[in-house]
Amino acid sequence: MFSETAKKELEEIRLKYPNARAALLPALYLAQREFGWLSPEAYEAVSSLLGVPKAITRGVGTFYAMYKHKPMGRNIVQLCTNVSCMILGAERLVDFLKIKYGLEPGGTSPDGQFSLVIMECIGACGTAPAMLVNDDFYENLTEKYIEEILEKYK
Amino acid sequence: MEKILLKNIENPNSADIAEYMKTGGYQSLPKALGMQPKEIIEEVKKAGLRGRGGAGFPVAMKWTFASADPKFPKYLLCNADEGEPGTFKDRPILEKNPHLLIEGMTISGFALRAEYGYIYLRGEYPAAKDILNKAIAQAYEKGFLGDNVAGKGFKFHLAVHQGAGAYICGEETALIESLEGDKGQPRIKPPFPVNVGAFAKPTVVNNVETLSNLPYLIGTGGEAYAKIGSPECPGPKIYCVSGHVEKPGVYELPMGTNLKDIIYSHCGGIKGGKKLKAVIPGGISTPILPPDKIDCAMDFVNMPKHGSMLGSGAVIVMDESVCLVKVCYRALKFFEHESCGKCTPCREGTGWLRKVLGRIENGQGMESDIDLLQSIAGNMLGKTFCPLGDGAASVVQNFIKHFRPEFEAHIKNKACSTG
Repeated sequence: MFSETAKKELEEIRLKYPNARAALLPALYLAQREFGWLSPEAYEAVSSLLGVPKAITRGVGTFYAMYKHKPMGRNIVQLCTNVSCMILGAERLVDFLKIKYGLEPGGTSPDGQFSLVIMECIGACGTAPAMLVNDDFYENLTEKYIEEILEKYK
Repeated sequence: MEKILLKNIENPNSADIAEYMKTGGYQSLPKALGMQPKEIIEEVKKAGLRGRGGAGFPVAMKWTFASADPKFPKYLLCNADEGEPGTFKDRPILEKNPHLLIEGMTISGFALRAEYGYIYLRGEYPAAKDILNKAIAQAYEKGFLGDNVAGKGFKFHLAVHQGAGAYICGEETALIESLEGDKGQPRIKPPFPVNVGAFAKPTVVNNVETLSNLPYLIGTGGEAYAKIGSPECPGPKIYCVSGHVEKPGVYELPMGTNLKDIIYSHCGGIKGGKKLKAVIPGGISTPILPPDKIDCAMDFVNMPKHGSMLGSGAVIVMDESVCLVKVCYRALKFFEHESCGKCTPCREGTGWLRKVLGRIENGQGMESDIDLLQSIAGNMLGKTFCPLGDGAASVVQNFIKHFRPEFEAHIKNKACSTG
């Protein structure tokens, strides 16, 4: 279930739109925050709060890459490997995460600390290679710099 | 050229309303509210402003269509779904100069007689979301948004709508679908959004950079504005340069600046003095250019004459160490991932192109594969719902057009010569 705070937030969000359906994307973000991922229960809650059928909430949710459909690690490492990052070494960093942290693309480290998501362009091409850890940008990455960053999240 | 769009961004507090107002911010808004909506559109027409999202459509024309439609309320949507690989030009406006965008949207909203605006912000910019929400709250507090904007009786409400990781939502009808709480799949046109857009009402969708031009444009007047940049595409342009240059980054320059000058003068040339191999001038979807074809003015009208497009002004520079088969393969992986699946040529075509490019890159290509790629691309071009499929097909066609020997060598040697 949604917490009381989340329910209030959703009511406020709902007022920004002319109908409840338009609040679906923000409602899914809220559900993801509340449940950790978009579990069947999360979809159930969103459907009942917005009055939108489950076939639609799930159909819409699964269209978008940033909604998660399995439990994630405590921190989400979102590494860009699109062209500008690739030509400046992003693939080497993918290998490094695999060797050093046991992180496979789309997977979670054995200790549950980190999940790795390979991103399409994240708009940090001038400071490539780049990644987001949760909501924070990190740019001009090297293996050593990644080690320092991830240490902070442990 | 004085900075217009990236003005003041070195100031660490540039996103704060007080700092914005100290340097002339929110002075164009009262001026605009003292004009007739039609007069504002006339100024935009005189200025020759074209949309900065990639297509370069004349802004005044779009606005005139939406204004002429008798339905109300009208909506103004800001496309902040900057997802074209290589593009990071809107991010500094969103993060460092949010009030420039808000003032621009309020002026535009008044010109369109729109009551509601949304900033459709890509999910990958979480910092920008907080910054924009804070800036919007400040603007409400000062009366620059709300039921009675600047005390002139104009009602305009603005909110951020966060996307969730779908490149296709940068296409305006997909963006509208996504705003309405649906999958981001493009609509067939007509009807056009200017008549039947968000919530079935007349809607204008403009890019962040486009709308951010409005405060300066109204402040200085359309005629003076039109003196900046190239005659057919006036105004300032943010070019964003990535890859193998000494100084990658964002550069606000007059529209029509020469691509060669951007790379060699502004960005300090090729990193480490290496040899230039290729340039993608306007984001991954725009046709790649070999080094002997980069002496061209970067604007919407001129670039097609040189076999490419301005696109988003996202210049990706690649030196001799880069394998272009691999870049092409990576680009198609992207298009396959981002194809919305609505129309068959794009959904199937992007996957086939990726698959064939993958086997060439991995040393398993067949002699007939280049013809096969051409055939698949030819069957996509012009046959898809929206420009995503065209972009994917033309990427493959242009890589082969300019760098065919590299594809042939991969197939013949069953390996890459650049490593």
